[in-house]
Amino acid sequence: MAEQVIVCNELTKRFGDFYAVNKITFEVTKGEIFGFLGANGAGKTTAMRILCGLSYPTSGTATVAGFDVYRQQDQIKRNIGYMSQKFSLYENLTIVENIEFYGGVYGLSRAVIKERSGELIQTLGLEKEAKKLVGSLPLGWKQKLAFSVAIFHRPQIVFLDEPTGGVDPVTRRQFWDMIYEAAASGITVFVTTHYMDEAEYCNRVTIMVDGKIEALDAPQALKQRFQAANMEEVFYQLARSAKRSSD
Amino acid sequence: MKKLGFLLQKEFRQILRDRIILVMIFAMPTIQLIILPLAANFEVKDIKVVVVDHDHSTLTQRMLSKLGASGYFRITGAVSSYQEALHYVERNDADVVLEIPANFERNLVREGRQQVSLSIDAINGARASIGGAYLNSIIADFSQGMDLDFVRAAHPVAARMPVINVMYNTWYNPREQYKYYMVPGIFVLLLTLIGGFMAALNIVKEKEIGTIEQINVTPIRKWEFISGKLIPFWLMGLIIFTIGLLVAYVVYGIASVGPLWLLYLFAAVYLVALLGFGLLISTFSANQVQAMFLAFFFMMIFMLMSGLFTATESMPGWARTISALTPVTHFVKVIRMVMLKGSGFADVQLEFWYEVAFALVLNAWAVFNYKKTS
Repeated sequence: MAEQVIVCNELTKRFGDFYAVNKITFEVTKGEIFGFLGANGAGKTTAMRILCGLSYPTSGTATVAGFDVYRQQDQIKRNIGYMSQKFSLYENLTIVENIEFYGGVYGLSRAVIKERSGELIQTLGLEKEAKKLVGSLPLGWKQKLAFSVAIFHRPQIVFLDEPTGGVDPVTRRQFWDMIYEAAASGITVFVTTHYMDEAEYCNRVTIMVDGKIEALDAPQALKQRFQAANMEEVFYQLARSAKRSSD
Repeated sequence: MKKLGFLLQKEFRQILRDRIILVMIFAMPTIQLIILPLAANFEVKDIKVVVVDHDHSTLTQRMLSKLGASGYFRITGAVSSYQEALHYVERNDADVVLEIPANFERNLVREGRQQVSLSIDAINGARASIGGAYLNSIIADFSQGMDLDFVRAAHPVAARMPVINVMYNTWYNPREQYKYYMVPGIFVLLLTLIGGFMAALNIVKEKEIGTIEQINVTPIRKWEFISGKLIPFWLMGLIIFTIGLLVAYVVYGIASVGPLWLLYLFAAVYLVALLGFGLLISTFSANQVQAMFLAFFFMMIFMLMSGLFTATESMPGWARTISALTPVTHFVKVIRMVMLKGSGFADVQLEFWYEVAFALVLNAWAVFNYKKTS
């Protein structure tokens, strides 16, 4: 049996009497591209923040890379990469300086950082821009760079929170090529998205509605079960029953 | 430790890339030191006097010329009635009305005493009371000198009454110039601004643009992140302090009488305390506007209660208690003692431990409040 890198059991996060995440249970296998779908406000980001060690759950259990989300956040953080919805590289640092900084805070040595950042800049084709401030780059490049920085320290799992928001279709395609490459190198990818065509690229997807997981399977299997032509229809059938208004 | 190196490298790169901050590092101490001692001058000069002289005697002429010669007063008008004089005050052409009754000279010589009336515009309370006191002492002085000339003949007994002479010695600031009082205070202002605002705004800015979340998801330790933020601003504070000392020496010729190492020791500890305060503010604020408001609110109170501009001794008891609870107060006191009086460590030991306590409490509170996981 394949190794499970994320195991959630009845994981819950409550704010007052609002259940942002309501008893979700799932497992993610090593090397998998795991899609996390849901309307705005369905609880995707909250669940992801718990798994990244940014937020304490209210109840239930979860382990990430074998570490407990209540007590071992530091070990979790050492083994994951994270790319948030908000672009979070430093705009007033250059590409090389950003890579150096994030590599450094994950404990890589200067020699390793130098070697890998050279390779990375070459792969991204950013040789000419390497000394430019990140703030001056177009959005598509920023997102690709942010993803590369998130997996720069070769984590076991990378969490991507709506990584392709506002990005053009061509860049989105290139972005997904990068995701496939990362997965092929053994990094588990946990990704939230609104784009249903992207959902089709995932090995398995969950669809969250009102804090609960309503479906979890391979895209092909979900389409059969809901007798839908594409993921868009599957999502629509599930999400229209949502009671929470989207924000 | 290695991670801290990367953090510091990043912070310095960002600070040094910010032209405005670089300019401010040099401009702020220079401009504040040159301008503020002039603005915060409590010396009362050029008090405008309008005279209502009903006597027109040689004696009143002599008294008025003495007033003018004192350098503090300028006689802006001589009118014939009190009503007219009030118009001067209303038009802001006079601060004081000096009314001399008719037969002033004759009555003075005959009875040995005579009254003049002073009406003072008290809108600016400090100016009014200080000006009034000056005027009083000049007239008293004048009447004493007059004893010799006039009164002795008429009242030999009164003239022989012993007169107590008070001798003043002004120490530490022999020329009684306000710049000596203000310049050390401005160092405090400078360090307080750097410590209280810059680090707080810097951290809150990371919250605002979302990079702090990216930091929180890395295995950086709390103390590493916080040290990475505090050390650059601590160094910057000390650089500004040094520039300030140089400016004070070059522009005003003020050099510290006490040991420099003691000044730096206090500046170093004080900055840690204020940076801790800024950090604390940043943990309570979600954005830079909130942080600015919060920091400004406390800074205003700290500054005004600190004895920087007014003497803490003249505050009511409860206000003095508040005053003692800000790190600014103790630093203001010490820096003046060391710079102007040449006090040594033994003299300011108590204040030193106060500052250390402030530094520990504020930083501990801030670190406790800063959460990587919510």
